[in-house]
Amino acid sequence: MEKYLVLAYTSRFHELREAPAMCGIVGLFLKDQSLEPKLGEMLADMLITMTDRGPDSAGIAIYTAHSAGKAKLTVQADDAIASFEKLDDALCKALRGSVSMSVKDSHAVLEIQAEQMDEARAYLTANHPNVRIMSRGENLEIYKEVGLPKDVAKRFDIRKMSGSHGIGHTRMATESAVTTLGAHPFNTGIDQCLVHNGSLSNHNSLRRKLRRAGVHIETENDSEVGAAYLTWKMQNGATLGEALESSLTDLDGFFTFVVGTKDGFGVVRDPIACKPAVMAETDQYVAFGSEYRALVNLPGIETARIWEPEPATVYFWSHNTASTDHEEAA
Amino acid sequence: MQTFDLEAEGLRALNSALHAQASTTNQTVWEILNPKGSHAIAVGLDAPIEVTIKGSTGYYCAGMNKQATVHVHGSTGPGTAENMMSGTVIVEGDASQYAGATGNGGTLIIKGNASSRCGISMKGIDIIVHGSIGHMSAFMAQSGNLVVCGDAGEALGDSLYEARLFVRGSVKSLGADCIEKEMRAEHLAILEDLLERGGCDAKASEFKRYGSARKLYNFNIDNAY
Repeated sequence: MEKYLVLAYTSRFHELREAPAMCGIVGLFLKDQSLEPKLGEMLADMLITMTDRGPDSAGIAIYTAHSAGKAKLTVQADDAIASFEKLDDALCKALRGSVSMSVKDSHAVLEIQAEQMDEARAYLTANHPNVRIMSRGENLEIYKEVGLPKDVAKRFDIRKMSGSHGIGHTRMATESAVTTLGAHPFNTGIDQCLVHNGSLSNHNSLRRKLRRAGVHIETENDSEVGAAYLTWKMQNGATLGEALESSLTDLDGFFTFVVGTKDGFGVVRDPIACKPAVMAETDQYVAFGSEYRALVNLPGIETARIWEPEPATVYFWSHNTASTDHEEAA
Repeated sequence: MQTFDLEAEGLRALNSALHAQASTTNQTVWEILNPKGSHAIAVGLDAPIEVTIKGSTGYYCAGMNKQATVHVHGSTGPGTAENMMSGTVIVEGDASQYAGATGNGGTLIIKGNASSRCGISMKGIDIIVHGSIGHMSAFMAQSGNLVVCGDAGEALGDSLYEARLFVRGSVKSLGADCIEKEMRAEHLAILEDLLERGGCDAKASEFKRYGSARKLYNFNIDNAY
């Protein structure tokens, strides 16, 4: 490149030197079951520490215990009192099965028979347009709203939640409106979720492509396109690891993704890797933070292995395998 | 020695106290406790004081340093010693991206690894990394020295001006207009001095030197898009 062009190119330098802002993400994957009752508390504290990276909206996804044969739909409504009134009765009647509902502020968790998941979603979409589905799965619950992490954590009593792993996000909106649906985490499939720090440049063309392929995308948000892309890949036979690897080719822009699955937790950064990421691992947990600050109060952090995930490399941990190796992206 | 608990007393109080030190101060030795990844610790110092930080820091630690010696007993976040003018910054652990960026002078010693964009647009600073460095390091580096005892990531020295790059290990790829150059006696002498200042026991003869091919200095119509 000519020096003349290089001088113009220095504007890239400012992009590459991003300020300590534009979203904060955290993740915590427990290896030690004795910490599970404290998952909500630890995750909420990590997210609250990241507040000044993005004060617009916040959300947390937690993998909680589940009852055999049951599944959970986490739903949200702006007019929660009216919308949730007798919602369980209505759903119970429609499904002719057992439904239990627990309401937390603007969200409610509907526990249904696992095999009635699709029917329940179809019923809610057709008959209760004010009720939006935040997540579905056997273990996954997603809570997200506009506001500061501390307020969101308080509204949903996140500190009292126990679970095996979870991810969180605090948002500084850059690509679309500050709304509940624009907040993270995004539900990408049964028991799957994603948080994103960065901005995707090709989200409009990719959204058109995905919509043509029949993928439902609700908002103009770039991260939702990233989430929908991974869902679409996996619906077409890719594993999560493969979907994350192909995201490195198909998504243009800056991104650090942290994803959750029923029993796993993954991280991938784009090849430029200007969005910050720090990880810590001990015998008790694997933790992710946009900054080291988010990790400082975790137990045993002084002796944890701490590193920055490599660019264009998929990392994945699972409760099903003891391996903590990462796979190199092609 | 002055001991400062950052968690108890706060960042503004710390940096105000450090900025208040004149070149004739008697309070020359400072120890900072509980940094806990906080940003902008010991930025903008301009006095010959020694500051030791007991733990890891966040963004911009020791940025714009003049005269002072800042020693971090931990790892540092992005922008460590950014735009340093003089003095010395030592990181016992790893440094995140763009360590030493735009530095005009002084010495930055990183005993662990440095992440991407180390020494980007450096303008006279000497950076000595005991471990490896990430991609796009020394992008548009203008002058000064970057010494890497480990390996260098992709696109080392892209669009480089006249900084000298010394790498002992492998280089994943060279950036545009960056080439390997002959290591002459004068360069070995410079490198030996840098290795000694950086506390490295590596031998200068084990390194390769990289620099600008100087083919982008003048406009060439054939290179236009």
